[in-house]
Amino acid sequence: VKPAWSVLLLTTLLGAGQGLFLALFAAELAGFAAADLFLFGSGASLALLAAGLVASFFHLGRPGRAWRSAAMWRTSWLSREVIVLPAFMAAVFGWGAAHHAGFSREVLLSLGIAGALLAAALFVCTGMIYACLKFLQEWHTPLTVINYAALGCASGLTLAAALAAWLHPPLAAAYAAAALAAAAFAYLMRLASLARNARLRPKSTLATAIGVKHPKIAQIAQGAMGGSFNTREFFHGRPREVVRAARWAFLALVFPVPAALLLFAPHSTGMLFLSFVLQYVGLLAERWYFFAEARHPQNLYYQAIA
Amino acid sequence: MLAMTQLALVIDLNVCVGCHACVTSCKQWNTFGEAGPLSDQRPYGQDPTGTFFNRVQTFEVGEFPNTETVHFPKSCLHCEDPPCVPVCPTGASYKRAEDGIVLVDYDKCIGCKYCSWACPYGAREIDEQQKVMKKCTLCVDRIYDQKLPPAERKPACVMACPTSARLFGDIHDPDSEASRAIREQGGYALMPEWGTQPANHYLPRRKTAIQIHPDELERHDNPLKVDGKLPRPGTGEPALDDVTSW
Repeated sequence: VKPAWSVLLLTTLLGAGQGLFLALFAAELAGFAAADLFLFGSGASLALLAAGLVASFFHLGRPGRAWRSAAMWRTSWLSREVIVLPAFMAAVFGWGAAHHAGFSREVLLSLGIAGALLAAALFVCTGMIYACLKFLQEWHTPLTVINYAALGCASGLTLAAALAAWLHPPLAAAYAAAALAAAAFAYLMRLASLARNARLRPKSTLATAIGVKHPKIAQIAQGAMGGSFNTREFFHGRPREVVRAARWAFLALVFPVPAALLLFAPHSTGMLFLSFVLQYVGLLAERWYFFAEARHPQNLYYQAIA
Repeated sequence: MLAMTQLALVIDLNVCVGCHACVTSCKQWNTFGEAGPLSDQRPYGQDPTGTFFNRVQTFEVGEFPNTETVHFPKSCLHCEDPPCVPVCPTGASYKRAEDGIVLVDYDKCIGCKYCSWACPYGAREIDEQQKVMKKCTLCVDRIYDQKLPPAERKPACVMACPTSARLFGDIHDPDSEASRAIREQGGYALMPEWGTQPANHYLPRRKTAIQIHPDELERHDNPLKVDGKLPRPGTGEPALDDVTSW
């Protein structure tokens, strides 16, 4: 499947925004009172979510009709995501505004719990959009949902550590440690999905695709010579070296590099921000690889032009 | 529960000669249809491309010199359990209860392409001009048209096929031509491993060999003991053609 920049940005920005909010609310639950951090952090989370939402519109052919996409929540994970995302953004806004207005602890807590539940629901929706497609075998696994959630939390915690080092230093070390643990867990899960996908045997073959029971089938024409939607949407068209480079990039940037920065400079605001940015670039590479790695069975029908 | 009616195509790969007449007639009918054009990009340029409901592909089966060429027309299979429909966030993709045709409401589609990801067959193509997803409609604007003579109320591809490789009918009606062909000629579905239950079926290639046994030339029981007794005419004698050419 060809990675679309709109979707790469959407999923990574949303993940960071959700992770950041969860990190902030976790600190509040743990009894920390860091109003500045909570206020600014919820604003940052909202900005990330809004940026993701804007990016998603670039994926649509008809963005003016996007409102229609809330209709089929009974069957479509995409529709559910479309409903949960604005609800979550509203909860984050409400939680930040309540901090600003100095509302009571009960109000903050209920808004925060609603936000946390919606953040979790959004992780499930985003992951299930991909995991529910059973013939995309690389995606059809619980690891897809786990990875979206774990990588998002890791990235949000790294950003929380950077923000804390800037606005509320006593929390920075705790956030850095949590970010380290979350990134390590996400890394292990991602390695597990890489290992799983390396051993996948495609269920569909040319024999089942055209129903001719013969082990040797070769395409000689696909019905069009100038390409088609099928060749543009489902082939990334990059050489193997690029795919491999993307994998090494995210394997380095998602955990080892930020871990080194977090370990050696847990109090330096600049280093922590740098660590978030590098990890975010790694997550973009991870998402790119996630799409590029998926082999769509329709590709069996588009193996040769003429 | 299965719908009462399930319209479908049955495509005979033993008969298809790969002439692409179904492709061009499909394009012609549907680009002039009421749903608007099936747009093309750079139709006269170096790499022309465009939206099609139907493509004919060609495969070579076997290893040289024992190869066989299979022409393979490919369009939406109107699955009985279509994976593209439930994923659609707007409800633009739907399966009609009355005849089982899977359709896209072009006025509701937001062009998110999720349905095309959810189709293992690559049957859906986005229209780069209208920015909505398109696919075979089984010529829904033709098959119910009361202004057409009944014999022409068929999809354009079926009408165009010069070898009658395409049958159209209700595969839930056991007496339809399509059902009978599936039942009696080994009709099969594509990629059965995903449980989509495609409505369209394909009829397999068959071996065409002629076998003549001796008893077909000379009766085995030879009741009057005359078969084989007739003297062979000499090479100089007039042949049957010479005798009867008057």
